[in-house]
This record gives sequence, structure tokens and C-alpha cells, in this order.
Amino acid sequence: MSRCHFLSRQERVLLQTPMSSHQVLICRNYKGDVDMSEIDHFFTLLMQQEEEGLVCPVMSHGNVHFLWIKHSNLYLVATTNKNSNASLVYAFLYKLVEVFTEYFKELEEESIQDNFVVVYELLDELMDFGFPQTTDSKILQEYITQKGNKLEVAKTKVPTTVTNAVSWRSEGIKYKKNEVFIDVIESINVLVNANGSVMSSDIVGSIKLKTMLSGMPELRLGLNDRMLFALTGRKNQTILHCLSDELMKRISPTNVKPLIWIESVIEKFSHSRVEIMVKAKGQFKKQSVANNVEIRVPVPSDADSPKFKTSTGHAKYVPEKNLVVWSIKSFPGGKEFLMRAHFGLPSVENHELEGRPPITVKFEIPYFTVSGIQVRYMKIIEKSGYQALPWVRYITQSGDYQLRTNS
Amino acid sequence: MTDSKYFTTTKKGEIFELKAELNSDKKEKKKEAVKKVIASMTVGKDVSALFPDVVNCMQTDNLELKKLVYLYLMNYAKSQPDMAIMAVNTFVKDCEDPNPLIRALAVRTMGCIRVDKITEYLCEPLRKCLKDEDPYVRKTAAVCVAKLHDINAQLVEDQGFLDTLKDLISDSNPMVVANAVAALSEIAESHPNSNLLDLNPQTINKLLTALNECTEWGQIFILDCLANYMPCDDRESQSICERVTPRLSHANSAVVLSAVKVLMKFMEMLPKDLDYYGTLLKKLAPPLVTLLSAEAELQYVALRNINLIVQKRPEILKHEMKVFFVKYNDPIYVKLEKLDIMIRLASQANIAQVLAELKEYATEVDVDFVRKAVRAIGRCAIKVEQSAERCVSTLLDLIQTKVNYVVQEAIVVIKDIFRKYPNKYESVIATLCENLDSLDEPEARAAMIWIVGEYAERIDNADELLESFLEGFHDESAQVQLQLLTAIVKLFLKKPTETQELVQQVLSLATQDSDNPDLRDRGYIYWRLLSTDPVAAKEVVLAEKPLISEETDLIEPTLLEELICHIGTLASVYHKPPSAFVEGSRGVQHKRLPARAVITLVKRTGLSGSNMGAGLGVAPAAMPASLGGAPAVGGGLGDLFDLGGGVGMPTGSYVAPKTVWLLAIKAKGLEISGTFARRGGIIQMDLSLTNKAMSVMTDFAVQFNRNSFGLAPAGPMQVLTPLSPNQTIDVSLPLSMSGPVMKMEPLNNLQVAVKNNIDVFYFSCQYPLSLLFVEDGRFYRQVFLATWKDIPNDSEAQFQIKDIHLNSDVASNKLQGSNIFTIAKRTVEGQDMLYQSIKLTNGIWVLAEMRIQTGNPNYTCTVPRIVYASLLHSQ
Repeated sequence: MSRCHFLSRQERVLLQTPMSSHQVLICRNYKGDVDMSEIDHFFTLLMQQEEEGLVCPVMSHGNVHFLWIKHSNLYLVATTNKNSNASLVYAFLYKLVEVFTEYFKELEEESIQDNFVVVYELLDELMDFGFPQTTDSKILQEYITQKGNKLEVAKTKVPTTVTNAVSWRSEGIKYKKNEVFIDVIESINVLVNANGSVMSSDIVGSIKLKTMLSGMPELRLGLNDRMLFALTGRKNQTILHCLSDELMKRISPTNVKPLIWIESVIEKFSHSRVEIMVKAKGQFKKQSVANNVEIRVPVPSDADSPKFKTSTGHAKYVPEKNLVVWSIKSFPGGKEFLMRAHFGLPSVENHELEGRPPITVKFEIPYFTVSGIQVRYMKIIEKSGYQALPWVRYITQSGDYQLRTNS
Repeated sequence: MTDSKYFTTTKKGEIFELKAELNSDKKEKKKEAVKKVIASMTVGKDVSALFPDVVNCMQTDNLELKKLVYLYLMNYAKSQPDMAIMAVNTFVKDCEDPNPLIRALAVRTMGCIRVDKITEYLCEPLRKCLKDEDPYVRKTAAVCVAKLHDINAQLVEDQGFLDTLKDLISDSNPMVVANAVAALSEIAESHPNSNLLDLNPQTINKLLTALNECTEWGQIFILDCLANYMPCDDRESQSICERVTPRLSHANSAVVLSAVKVLMKFMEMLPKDLDYYGTLLKKLAPPLVTLLSAEAELQYVALRNINLIVQKRPEILKHEMKVFFVKYNDPIYVKLEKLDIMIRLASQANIAQVLAELKEYATEVDVDFVRKAVRAIGRCAIKVEQSAERCVSTLLDLIQTKVNYVVQEAIVVIKDIFRKYPNKYESVIATLCENLDSLDEPEARAAMIWIVGEYAERIDNADELLESFLEGFHDESAQVQLQLLTAIVKLFLKKPTETQELVQQVLSLATQDSDNPDLRDRGYIYWRLLSTDPVAAKEVVLAEKPLISEETDLIEPTLLEELICHIGTLASVYHKPPSAFVEGSRGVQHKRLPARAVITLVKRTGLSGSNMGAGLGVAPAAMPASLGGAPAVGGGLGDLFDLGGGVGMPTGSYVAPKTVWLLAIKAKGLEISGTFARRGGIIQMDLSLTNKAMSVMTDFAVQFNRNSFGLAPAGPMQVLTPLSPNQTIDVSLPLSMSGPVMKMEPLNNLQVAVKNNIDVFYFSCQYPLSLLFVEDGRFYRQVFLATWKDIPNDSEAQFQIKDIHLNSDVASNKLQGSNIFTIAKRTVEGQDMLYQSIKLTNGIWVLAEMRIQTGNPNYTCTVPRIVYASLLHSQ
């Protein structure tokens, strides 16, 4: 007889409401070895850590470990008393959020209560004895629906996709027009020091496919040499994924020039005013245009009476975030714009120490990639031999784009 | 209309109402009622009273209703085991339903009902489901075997489910393969010694094929399982690496980390001069960097693991410093981890950038982060000597900010810098002294006092400064008091004339007015030293101090290796071995990296530990050092002739006859004799306990002292009945290798404590080293010769074993029984040369060459005499 308590991955997934009410909304026990009451320790620990200002995503009490994430006002907590695969647990918790969001649009307290039957069904299907199973919401939706009665009518079969070698696609799909939309997206992460030196800059590239292809096609994507090498690794997913798939590949930092360069002078005259001057320069080729540029400049929390002057676009004060947002609808390459802002400061000094948030920039440049990646060809191989139409878009956008300030 | 309405009924007599509704004839009403029951269950109300009524609803063709009833069963069956039997029939029936979804649902739910009686009925349906035509049912059944094993391991073994599960590894469906692997791994974890997963090149190949086809989770199970495999040679290891490498670009961080684990482990086996080795190193960097763009919690796990990887193989990320720069919006736990990795990666090449960053961080708002950043600057100074000056000036800049906690941290680290580079940066002391008043934390005060005492001769007003601290002596923390005492004594030894009064004051404060024994003792020692021999006092107190080491925070190498084997798991997040935080995992084998390095042993002179260590690479150097010098264990050369020729079959491991370890006169009548044996990979200590006293002995227990190879009892000593006078019992105690390690003299010495109702007795015994030869000690044939040649001559030893009348085949068979493997055989001029390998439990390889001249009963051999002699002569 072994009723030992040491064989578990994560036993429970608990969805919980915010701290104030501390209520366990729903809980699924995947293994029998962590007691239900253990979760009470979670809140005590969390509150302790929050008071100390040192929150950690892994906590333990006795031999029970809590791995948790927070989503809006919910805590998703996995408990285990084993040396579980922590990265699998977190990846799974985030997957839960993704699946529930697809099912209920919003994942929050009400949507859990409103759909608790489906939630139970999903939790049952997503994981068995601590092993994650099918987590693709598209496939799950084929046999778990929000209208339970649907199931009894259609004398159900297991969708073959659940266990198919091609687990991401059902058979017999048909489209009138066979098309593939390819989005080549590059996010630029930049970190610039207050003295203007670029600390790090890199690109996170992804290729997103939206395919509308009939049958069981094989899709081959040819990219220019350098990248082809990078993508063969996920051949399996690259070829054939027909719902939407994301290919992630980081190009190691190649010291790209920051596409939008910001120079800022923030002068703070205690007890009277703050003067801000921001110069933005488009450091990309003249033919390209950056759209929906937003430059967010931090201001002290006690600033008041804002005044702005911009050479283009318009600036707005967002007091709840202590920011000035300067938006420019279209920003051509090579151009330079200027914004000045003036704020009053109260004569009584604010004693609270404030951090020095960086200036952040958001933008989107269509028809342009920094890395120079290009889709050279796309080939669809399918028995019926139809022709498919490729649509390719290139977008370069801001990722984590931060410029530190002096003041 | 939503389900939330079910939560709203809170009237009295609710259970009663529900009962009525559950027994209603109308299907819809029934379903509504079950939903209400589940809703009550969800909010934690006890609805177990409704058990029979809910179970009655089980027989339905409504799948949704069925799922709800099953859910209820899983929750309450344990509290109502007798009634749970009522459900069995429906389960068994559902397992034969034409709809595979229902079959799977039934088998899945049955496994979750942890009631013994039910498990008996589960076996037959489970057996069918394991062979079901639908893969969805098969994969569910595979997991169910693990569930059942958790409830009743014996039953699973008796029913032969483990074999069926093993067969599923060859299933045509990748999902089934993945779940079977997951289930087997889970089961294997509770049986560390069983050869459940029996991985061989064929199964590995199957797994690698399935790896390409299954879901992201399946890939993780397979990769985690692969990580436990030991490839038989470097070629196999390379080919597995090649097939695992594509997983590095997966979007799921957990897949990436599991792949990294496999690669980090198998890389150990690749020769470093291989081109592929370099390629692999390069391939590892980008995926690790990409992990930092995942969600914060995943980043945290990744960073904790990168911290390990950087310690194990710094070359992988040495050019990637910049990605660890802290972002303003990183959560604090990510910031702190990044900081730690930055310091580990700091080198002369990038120190300027690192320092600029650290200075930036030191002016942020988050106090904990700022403190750590300031400390980091100090650690950089100690780590990168060329940067020390720049670090010190950065710290001085920070002190000028006058931010209280920054100043204090800076002073603490400057003290460390002084200890690393004495007499170099004393010019900053003046600046430090200016901030004396603002120090309110004990650590900073203690650091400052230490500095003043250490450099008292260069600080004009050192006496005034120290005196100012002395005023509130009793309010200070112990740390500060001790430091103050030492500092004033130093001051006195340096400037005796002006400070006599001060030193007397502090000595009396420490010795007469203090309750702290440490402080009093230190006070007395100083006092006596000073009064008896001032010169000696000077020599003692002002002695030159050893420099502090560069990396005090490195993880100890054996632990690091174990953690590398656990990449991605909680162990890697806590930086603790699983045995430290998982209940019941004591005695479970510690994972180790495969060892590539090889040693041979020197016999001629006492071999030096250092050259062993060098050849060894991974294993703790000291351990095998005296292997060659160890005295003969169990039968010397004397008994050689006893073993007449013809024994040709492998005889299994040699077991020496029992010898008396503990004499009755020394142990109040308890006599213990014993021996050691290795049986099927399990090490056992066979003991005979004899009661030579007049009274009955009970309550036996045994414990080992730390020893060279970490031998420890794997379980309690099973002496079930009391031992009456003149009775003898034989006990077999299984041993594990997971105990604490300490080098013994001689190496194979084991100190044992045995307790009974009378007293505790101690004795020591010596185990044959052959006990430690493991079953997979077959060295890679392809590299044997090259490795053999690489071994420097001076670490070779030759000796003869005399008068053995066995031919080479018989000898080799015999040795194989004790896990000494013959890798190759050559015949040169009438001499048979046997090339052999042995692997010790701690991963050390021993290679040997044995020359046997036909007709000459003397063997020439290069391994310790003891081992070979007693094994060859054994029967």
C-alpha cells in the first residue's frame, strides 16, 4: 500500500478572488496529496511578503509549495509537495488564462462563477494527474462547449485532433478562397542611459500566419538566407500550422540604432516649476513613416497647471499616471520634432521619494524590418493542388523601449 | 442565463430541497439540482449527505450531467467509501461505452477515486482501456496507471500494468507515448532503484521520434525523461544533442528549459576539442536570452536557472551581459536575480558598463534593490581586480549622496575591499569618517569600527572616534560590541601611550558588565594576553589576515552538478537539492552529471590528491586519493591457492565471509558480525546480531558517521522481534549513497553506531571497494584507447597478483560479476591483455590493463591489489 504523499506535480489549481475577500472560487484537486486547507497559508504568506515588499512567485509553507500568478483580480495558484517542473507549472497557468479568456472573453470572478460547470470540465480536460493535456482552445472548443446540451445531441466522438499526429488541425476544412496572411513583426527593445549611450538594443522577431487553406496542406516558407537558418528549427510548426502560429526567434543584439531617438531636458526648479524639452528624431529611412507614435514623459506627481507647445502632434497630461503623452499620428523618417512642457510645482515640497521612471516610446512602422528579413517564397503542397494567395505584411514596432532620464 | 444563479440558494432546509429535486423524474430538473449541488460544493459547503441521491443520477446519457456526477464522486467518495461502491457498476459499464469520450472519462475518474475497494474493480476496465483502439482512451488509461500506482503500488505490479505501460512507449500515437513516459517517470521516482524506464538506444530513438510530433507538454515529459538517460558513448550523446537542439527555439519556455537541461547534461560527455562542442555552446545562448522576454514568473525561473548555468559554463553567456540590465518595470524579484547574474558575468572586458549600470541602480527608489546594487559594486571590486579603483571611486560618489542606507551599504562593502586589497585605498578613510554619525545599522557600524581599528595608526583621532562609540556600549548589538573591543585593543597595541585608559574601559565593559559569553571570553583573552605578553599580543591581534576570497557565493560544485540535472524544477529555483524540501525523498539517489574524466591509480608512492583531482575533473579530488594505499580488505594474498581453477561462470559480486565487528565484552553482551554485499545494484550490509547477555534486547537502530562515499542506511534496521539471550538474528540493511561525505582514513572505513534498549555502541569496519562498483561501469570502447594514452605515466601503478590459475576468459567473467568490465582483449606474444573499466558510485572511472601470461600464474595489473586479489580469489 502506498498512500505516500510525495508523488505529485501540481495538485490543484485554484482560482481566487482578490486578497480582501480571500475566497477560493474554484479548486481542482488533481492528486490526493495536498490538503485543501493548505491554501489558507498562501494568503498569510502573500500578505507577509507584500508587507515586506519582497513578493516572490514561489512560496512555501512546510513541504507545500505555492506557485502562483496574478491575473486582473484573480490569483491562480498551483500547489505541490514535490520537486515539480516549475517552468511547466507557470507555462501551464498562463495557458489556463489564455484558454479561459478565449472561452469567456474576460477571466474574472464573475466569469468563473457564471461558467463554473464549463470551468470544471475544462480543468478536467486540461490536466490529468498533474500532467497537462490538450491546451489548445481551438481543439477544446470542438468538444467542450458552453452549451452543454449541444453535446448530447451530437453523439460525440473524440475529435481526432486531440490525439492526431497533426494535433492542431481538423480534417475536412474547406475554404472558398485559399489565402495566407503573413505578418512579419519585429519588436524593438531599447534601453538608453541618461547620458545618451545605448545600453542594449535588440529585436524580438515573430512571424504570424493566419491561414485559410483547405485540406491538409503543407506550407513552406522561404526567407532570405540568414533567417532561413534560424527557422528550420521549428520546421514542425513552421510547416503545417494552420490556425495561427507564432515563431519566436531572437536575433542576438546587433546594435541597431534606436529608430526613434529622444533627447530630453527635464529641469526641476524646486517649489516653483518643471520645464521639459523633448526632441524626437526619426532615425530610419526617409521613405518609411512611423505611425501612432506616443512619447511618454514622466513628470513629478505633484505637478500642476500644465502648458504645452509642440512642433507637431499634440501633448496631453495624464495626471493619474504622472505622464505627459505626446502623440504624433505620422512621423516620417529623418524628421525631427520638438515638444516643450511647463508645469507648476507646489511650494510645499513633496517628501515622498519618487522613482525616476524612464521615457517610453510607442510606435509602429509598416513595410519595414530592421533585420532585413524578407519572405522570398511561399509554397503550398496539397493533394488537390490548389493555388493559394499569400499576403505579406511587415511591421516594425516598439517593444520595451526605454530611455532613462536625469532628473 | 448564467450558472451564477446556482450559488444563490441559501435558504434553510436546502439539503432537503435538493434531495427532492435530485430524485425528480424530470431530466432537466435533475440536472439543475446536480448543478446546485456542485455549486454548493465549490463554495465549500458540505453536501456529502446527498451522496446516494447524486450517485443515482449517474446513469444517464447526458454527458454534461455525467461529468458533474463524476466530479461530485471524486470529491466525496473518500468520505463515503462504502457508498462509493454503488458507483462501480456504472463505471465499469461506462468503460465499455461505444463513445470513446465516455470510456476515457470513466477511466480517468475511477483513477481519481482514492478508495481501496474501488481500485480492485478498476483493474479489468483499465486493462481493456490500455489496449483501446482510440488513442484518446489509451493516453487517459496510461495516466490512470500512475494514479493507481499512487494508491496501491503492489496491485499495479501484480497486475502487470507496468509492462503494458512500457509497451505504450512504442505506441503509434505521440500523445500516448508522451503520457506513458510521464506516467512511468512519475512511478519511477518512487522506486529510484527499479529499472522501470529501462532506457536503451532503441527506446531513446522512439522517444526522439515522438518528440517531434507531440504537444508542447508531451515534449517536456519526453525531454525530462531523456535527461535521466546515460548515453553509452560520446557519439550517441552527440546524436541525441543534435536531435534535441531544435526544441531550443520553441515558444514555450518550459520546453526550452527542459531541452537546455538535456544539452547541459550530455555536453559533459562530449570531448571539448570536438567542433560540435563549440557549436552547441553557441547555440545555447540565444534561447536563454529569449527566455527573458517571457512573463515575469517564467523569467524568474529562467534567471534562477541561468544563474546555475553561468556558474557551470560561464562561456555560454559571457557576451550577453547587456540583456541582464534591469528594466524600470521589472518586478523586484526579477531585478534582484538579474543583478546577481550581472556580477557573475562581470569581467575586465565589460566592467565599465556594469559599473555604470550599478551606479544607476544605486540611485533608484526601491531600498532593497538599491542596497543590493551597492553591494554588487563591492563584489565587482573584489572579483575584477583591475576595476577595484573605479569601484571604490564609484562608492565614494555614492557616499556623497548622503542617502542614509546607501552610505551604510557602501561602508560595509568598502570594508571587504580593504580586506581584499590591504594598504591600497586608505585615502578614502577620511571620507568614511565624515559619515560616522549617520550610521545606525549594526553591520555598517561594525564595518566602520573595524576600519578604524585596522588603520588606527593612520587616523589621527582614532581614539576619539572609538571613544564616541564606547559611550553607548551596552546599547550596541553584539556584532558591534565585539568589533569595538577588538578595534580598541588594536588601537592600544598601535598607540599604547595615549590609549591605556580606553582599553581598560572597554575590557571592563566587556568582561564585567556584559551578559554575552562570547564578548566576555574575548575580553578575557585580550586582557590576559595584554597583561602577560604584550609582544605575543601584538603578534596575535595584529597578525596579517588572509585575503578574502573572490567568490564566496558560489554554489558548491557537487550541489551545482545536481542542480544542473534538475534544471527547470523547483530545486533549481530554490538552489537546493530536492531532498532538502521534498518529504520522503531521503535515500533517493542524487542525480549527477555523467563523468568523462578518467583516472588510474598510483600505487608506487602515496599518490597525491592533487594530481588525481586534475585528472578527475568533476569528482571531489580528495576522495579516491588513498584508494591505492588502502589496506587489504577481506583476505589478502594468502588464500589464493584455495581457489582451484575451473570456476568459469560469472559468480556475482564477491561477498566476504562475516567477521566480528563488535565484541560482546565491549558492548554489554551484544556481538555483531557482518559483511557487505552488492546485489543487483543494491548495496547491503549483512549483520548478525547475537545476544550474549542475560536480558532481552529490543529497540535496535543503526546510524553511520559521515564517510568517504556517503554510505548511509536506506531504511531503518528491521529487527522485529526482541532478541532473547543466546539468540542470533541475521539482518540485511540496504544502504544508499546519499549520506554526507567526509574523507575517512583509511578510505573505506565506516564508523557505525548501533543502539538498543541498553546503550549505544560504536564500532568501525571497512567495506570492500568493490561494493562501490556500479553496474553501468562499461567504458566507451571507442574512446578507451585514446583515454588510456592520455593518462600521464605518473598516475599509473603496476603490481602483480600472484598464483592465480585462471585463464583470461574465466578471470574476466569472474571480475564482471563484480562489475569490473572487460572492454577489449588483445593477445600479444602469448600474453593476454585485458583492458578493463570500473565505475564507482560517485562517477569516478578507473581503467585497468591486466596482462596474463599463459602458464604464468602471476597477473600484472594496474589497479589496487586489494580489489583484484580478493575478487579473483573469491568463489
